[in-house]
Amino acid sequence: MKSQSRSTLIRSLSLHAVLIPLALIWLFPLWMMIVFATMPDSGIFNPQIVLLPSTHFIENVANLQADTDFIHALMISFGVALTYTILSVLLTSMAGWALARYNFVGKSLVVAVILGTITLPYFVVVIPQFIMVAREFKLANTWIALIVPPLFNSLGVLFMRQAFSMMPADLFDAARVEGVSEWQIFLRIALPLARPTMAALAIILFLASWNNYLWPLLISSKPSVMTAPVALGSLVGLAKVSWGGIMAGAVLLTAPIIVIFILLQRHFIAGISAGAVK
Amino acid sequence: MHLRYRAAYGFLAPYLLIFAVFWIWPIISSFIMSFQNTRVNPWVFNPGATWGRLFIDPAFYNALKNTMIILVIQVPVMITLATIMAVLLNSPLLKAKGLFRFAFFAPVVVGEVAYAAVFRLMFNLDFGIINKLLLSIGIPAVSWFSETPAAMSLLIIAVTWRWAGYNAIIILSGLQSIPEDVYEAATLDRVSKVKQFIHITLPLLKPIIVFCVVLSIIGSMQLFIEPMLITNRGGPGGGTETLGLFLYRQGFASSNFGYASSIAYTMAVLAILISLLNMWIGREAK
Repeated sequence: MKSQSRSTLIRSLSLHAVLIPLALIWLFPLWMMIVFATMPDSGIFNPQIVLLPSTHFIENVANLQADTDFIHALMISFGVALTYTILSVLLTSMAGWALARYNFVGKSLVVAVILGTITLPYFVVVIPQFIMVAREFKLANTWIALIVPPLFNSLGVLFMRQAFSMMPADLFDAARVEGVSEWQIFLRIALPLARPTMAALAIILFLASWNNYLWPLLISSKPSVMTAPVALGSLVGLAKVSWGGIMAGAVLLTAPIIVIFILLQRHFIAGISAGAVK
Repeated sequence: MHLRYRAAYGFLAPYLLIFAVFWIWPIISSFIMSFQNTRVNPWVFNPGATWGRLFIDPAFYNALKNTMIILVIQVPVMITLATIMAVLLNSPLLKAKGLFRFAFFAPVVVGEVAYAAVFRLMFNLDFGIINKLLLSIGIPAVSWFSETPAAMSLLIIAVTWRWAGYNAIIILSGLQSIPEDVYEAATLDRVSKVKQFIHITLPLLKPIIVFCVVLSIIGSMQLFIEPMLITNRGGPGGGTETLGLFLYRQGFASSNFGYASSIAYTMAVLAILISLLNMWIGREAK
């Protein structure tokens, strides 16, 4: 018995001896982001090894603001991500509900086509999307252009369909016998029951929109509708730019997401693994 | 019954409308464009200007080669690492599980632009913390941005850092769905943990690992932001230009939509082939 607990102790120690350094390596770039964001440019480009934060964060934010109106870009990003998330959860819930609980002509075709798009490279659609939105609809630099084309989301629909199809049918049939309309059944019974799934989906969608780079880069070049990743990306690679400022911007872009992640870790992970475990 | 049909179409309609306009039509449209010379007005059917050019364009072969090198090295390294992370995270002996999960998963929520900027600074030749740390243990500084092999390694390191935890979480959820009693007989027969892992756990995990491999290959094949922002538009001198970046340059920097569409469809064909290959590998054992 004694040798058993001893071998357990050794196993536990070696497990932590592997995982702790690995975790520290993984956290290192995030830690350095904070360190850089609080250092003056003269400190970043200095031969000394600095591993602890300094006190220049506010100055760096001011430098960043001098290079690009980042606070405004953050607000655009937030507005776009929030609107996108609400609309996308609503649309995918409605579609997922239809695919889960009704039989109709063309249903299996719709499901097959949606599934087929999962492995399709985004580059196949982004070129015509750009031509259509920017040249034909003349919608470049508008909120509609930023929000509407990304609304199609195949994983979201499959995710919601899964949640709705697991609910007991009796529940909805009973309501139908009472004469409740299909829309009322969806809004009053099904949606409230699907709340945890919707929360997980909403977090993933918000994150995707908040970090989205390629589409906003193509479609919004004016400062008035420029999102934060595009604004920050436009500074990376410039010759005369405050790197402390860029790092402060990276922190401002990352911090809210990390906070949401810490608060809602369970939903996040549920959302990520749901795509995989059927 | 008839009314219920109508309700179903009503629920689907807004989503399908967006799907049709912004996905189905573009899929068809870029296929047509891939056979058109879009640099003349009006666009004319001329596959020689797109597909014909693609097969003799050294820049295409360079981007294809770079993408393949990244795929072949990065995906196996990352999936192996993710599997190790998942197995260790699944250990009942582990303390502070949440902290470790946070450490490995946090990079996934960090935006590409933010992490690209940090990696650029960290790997700076003269002032980057990585070279300073290498020097302090006696390894000469590496010019991460001006030598192709080093720049490729940097991209592989960056992408692995960002996505290993994501795959680890998926593999972990697969590990947790393996019932305990599968191991009981083996433990009674004193089969070692390592053997249990190889002969019981890995075969059961195979479908989920194949899923991760397919997702990672398709993701890495479209690699664009990292070579654009970290290695400064595919530098040094196209040494890290990927298919995604090549397409971006052709399609959006030079507005050559037809040519870019043929590159996009090349990626689509590769994605389909790779998915089929992986599905075939995944099924064989059953």
